Amino acid sequence: MTAQPGIGRFGDFGGRYVPEALIPALEQLDEVRRKAMVDPEFVGELDRLHRTYTGRPSIITEVPRFAEHCGGARVILKREDLNHTGSHKINNVLGQALLTKRMGKRRVIAETGAGQHGVATATAAALLGLECVVYMGKVDTERQALNVARMRLLGAEVVAVTNGSQTLKDAVNEALRDWVANVDDTHYVLGTVTGPYPFPEMVRDFHRVIGVEARAQVLDLVGRLPDAVIACVGGGSNAMGIFHRFLDDASVRLVGVEAGGDGVESGRHAARFSGGSRGVLHGAATYVLQDDDGQTIESHSVSAGLDYPSVGPEHAHLFEIGRAEYRSATDDEAMEAFRLLSRTEGILPAIESAHALAGAMELGRELGPDAVLLVSLSGRGDKDVHTAARWFGLLDDQAGMP
Amino acid sequence: MTAAAAPGRTLGSQILAGCREEGRAALIGYLPVGYPTVPESIAAMEALIEGGIDIVEVGVPYSDPLMDGPLIQRATERALDQGCQVDDVFTAVRAVADAGSTAYVMTYWNLVLRRGVERFAADLAGAGGSGLITPDLIPDEAGEWIEASDRHGLDRVFLIAPSSTRERLTVATAACRGFVYAASTMGVTGTRDSVGSAAAQVVEHAREVTDLPLCVGLGVSTRAQAAEVAGYADGVIVGSALVRALGEGGPAAVRALTAELAAGVREGRR
Repeated sequence: MTAQPGIGRFGDFGGRYVPEALIPALEQLDEVRRKAMVDPEFVGELDRLHRTYTGRPSIITEVPRFAEHCGGARVILKREDLNHTGSHKINNVLGQALLTKRMGKRRVIAETGAGQHGVATATAAALLGLECVVYMGKVDTERQALNVARMRLLGAEVVAVTNGSQTLKDAVNEALRDWVANVDDTHYVLGTVTGPYPFPEMVRDFHRVIGVEARAQVLDLVGRLPDAVIACVGGGSNAMGIFHRFLDDASVRLVGVEAGGDGVESGRHAARFSGGSRGVLHGAATYVLQDDDGQTIESHSVSAGLDYPSVGPEHAHLFEIGRAEYRSATDDEAMEAFRLLSRTEGILPAIESAHALAGAMELGRELGPDAVLLVSLSGRGDKDVHTAARWFGLLDDQAGMP
Repeated sequence: MTAAAAPGRTLGSQILAGCREEGRAALIGYLPVGYPTVPESIAAMEALIEGGIDIVEVGVPYSDPLMDGPLIQRATERALDQGCQVDDVFTAVRAVADAGSTAYVMTYWNLVLRRGVERFAADLAGAGGSGLITPDLIPDEAGEWIEASDRHGLDRVFLIAPSSTRERLTVATAACRGFVYAASTMGVTGTRDSVGSAAAQVVEHAREVTDLPLCVGLGVSTRAQAAEVAGYADGVIVGSALVRALGEGGPAAVRALTAELAAGVREGRR
């Protein structure tokens, strides 16, 4: 048999658990992206777009007033929130959109939860003249209505997915169904470091720039490596992006923060490492929230972008071998961090990124004032103003807000 | 790869061989366990057999059925809402065997992994099932299942598709035992106005690399379509149309549609 056991594996995790119909497209994608990543023309074009369109390199910002709430540790934010479209998602999307052109395809599809990946994909499609369809759970279209409008303004078609739990996982199912039917002319711009190989590795490689820049910037500012790198983990793309360059730096702790929702003990959360188990979902062997039969359990989080029952397979591997550690922050803890960063530093974080900030508050108190913490501020909070205003009771009435 | 067990070992393989001797395609009917309830789904499977089905494909409801269209999604969602469990699958498989046919279980892979591949295989063999159809498991990832199916004498049915290259057709069919599931179209389950020419092509290409029976599924819903596909394939797989019949008219409607389809496969002699 010509099968290659272990293709696209991170230890026991990853692989390709998809219909046979998609295998030729995955093989083509793997071949094209491998060639592209060593082709000076492709790398140069992506680099030029990042410089002139995304706004890279993104800066780092030390936040001393916020750090007072982190046990006095030095806290440095990697500002992916300042990228065009407002999050790290654009790094991956521009890369995949350029690959779409290389493969001679004319249409892209994407799934989105909070809408950030959908907005980024719609943006790249507008920039490069591609047709774009974004699948979004109906529940998410309602809680992120502004991002739906944004995608439509950019020329994308937004399809509200009404089956299953009507959230991100169902949007992924629907995107995969579309892809099977239209794979000849369509590329699936998967938005995170999961799915069938080569997506986890490819998406990580497009985000790796976050850690490459941040490592040099922190060395320049502090004169040494940070003690810990902290990032929120939904699918886990911003975390893999900032972690990867530090994997060989044994002194640097890599800390992923999952959505604890109402608390892991409540059963209403998205903490796959403390509340889930090994399984397969959306094409990859990884950690999954599932019941005794293997049916997926719905996740819960105030953050639509972390509200996902599975996680990228490379994170599962880093967890199993102990190279990275995973904690969770509850909705309350994340919203408190959201409030604090806004009040002390004048930066509104995405609620997703606020989970990483909550992790920094906890870790800083553990490590004390000598510690240096690098935090991935993966996105900005403009999209979350309504949710946050409601959370803190800032609305005089429920009218007048977007 | 582990050496394939002797062909014709499962009841399913024997039924397919018998159809081949009769010079006709086999009729394979899919219904999910638990829709509309577990007992009614089993009654509907018995109606398939009374209507003249050759082999029953027992579907396992799954929370994330990415190869299924809206019709089967709705049916399996309802089954799950009513508390259908993986255990119920083996009850259905046993009932099919007791009614004189045999079942292949169509399941998404996580449900097998969660139960344990070895335990799932043992339970399936113990219930009198012939094998598994695995829409989201490719042979490359199937090492554990290939070993377990050999241990328990079960067939393993992987899918091929119109997009499959010659290399992928070779890999997939070499790993199959019992029969090969040829997807007629690039897409998910559901009834379609026409089966399309891609199905005949994928069968033709697969014949060059395997002697196994080639059964065509996705989009077959009428007697005429069954006859058309039976003209070139060794088996005709019908799913969504039977699920719709069950929803609209209960087991009696399933029996009537099956009789129509059974007539269809006999009209399509090669």
